[in-house]
Amino acid sequence: MSRGVRSGLFLVSAAGLTALLLWAVADLPDFGHYRGPYGKVLNSVAVGERHTTNVVAAVVFDYRGVDTMGEEFILFASVMGVALLLRNPHRERRQVPVRIQSDAVRLAGIGFAAGLLVLGLYVVAHGYLTPGGGFQGGVVLASAFVLVYLAGDYHAYRSMSPTPAIDVLGATGAGGYTVVGIVSLLLGSAFLHNFGPLGTTGKLASGGSIPFLNVASALEVSAAFVLLFSEFLDELVVRPKARSE
Amino acid sequence: MSYLPYALAVWIFAVGLYGVVRSRNLVHLVVCLSVAQSSTYVLLLSIGYVNRGTAPIFADVPKGTRAVDPVVQALTLTDVVVSVTVAALLLALAIQAQRHADTTDPDELSEMHG
Repeated sequence: MSRGVRSGLFLVSAAGLTALLLWAVADLPDFGHYRGPYGKVLNSVAVGERHTTNVVAAVVFDYRGVDTMGEEFILFASVMGVALLLRNPHRERRQVPVRIQSDAVRLAGIGFAAGLLVLGLYVVAHGYLTPGGGFQGGVVLASAFVLVYLAGDYHAYRSMSPTPAIDVLGATGAGGYTVVGIVSLLLGSAFLHNFGPLGTTGKLASGGSIPFLNVASALEVSAAFVLLFSEFLDELVVRPKARSE
Repeated sequence: MSYLPYALAVWIFAVGLYGVVRSRNLVHLVVCLSVAQSSTYVLLLSIGYVNRGTAPIFADVPKGTRAVDPVVQALTLTDVVVSVTVAALLLALAIQAQRHADTTDPDELSEMHG
């Protein structure tokens, strides 16, 4: 099919699809006039039931915890796919030149990386109290590693993120989430049902099993992003000769 | 009184699809797919919005304050993270295509067999 024919076909069908979608959304409640019951119910009961002030985190790690487990495994599977496609034990490493020569840039970079690491830990730890959580904090943690590469060099980054250790951390995160669910089963309730003392609302020690799921997802997300970055970065150091393998 | 946010989601989806169909490069195609996918965030968040509602986080505001729907926010949150990793998987496939077929043009790829 030539590009012209394909574009013509697409424009006709896309016009139809867009018309249908617009027709569909025209019957939705007016913007700002939310009518679904679940959000209202959760907003009024979650703080009392789970002692977490961040209702979004309560939904992610409790009320819809099974859904989040599915998402975690999508994440895990796609990172495994990337590793499977790009990881090549036989490739020869090429010497990567050290690009950053300025000590000032290095110092600033390391300083920012340390700050970012602390910020990431903070966002993870307070995820179920204030805006944040395992997913967001995990990405911030991973970006601290990326900053080490930007301000330092490839070798500094690689020595900070040895692939076997990151692999284990990611798997621990994914497995840990499931283990928390199995503990709920062993305690005689439904899979991923909240257990443990609920603690005081607004304090770090609150939310029952939500903090455990929060930390598990932070481990998995940060490991996943560091691993993705490592795999793509390793493409830089593959010798051109090895590419035809 | 406005349907504009929903129409915006439809528009983002449509331009993303257009980019996918017209793409001449797999990397460009992955980016267009991400654009199309981001329409779901706009749709989900605008469905859950409540007029003059605050974020569904009751750390600084008293319980019972009018807040937006937390469920769609939770869905969007996991969706964002997962979509990035799926995009990474697709980019890895683009690297493999370049390696094995020596091209990242989807049109030329479809002519290759084996």
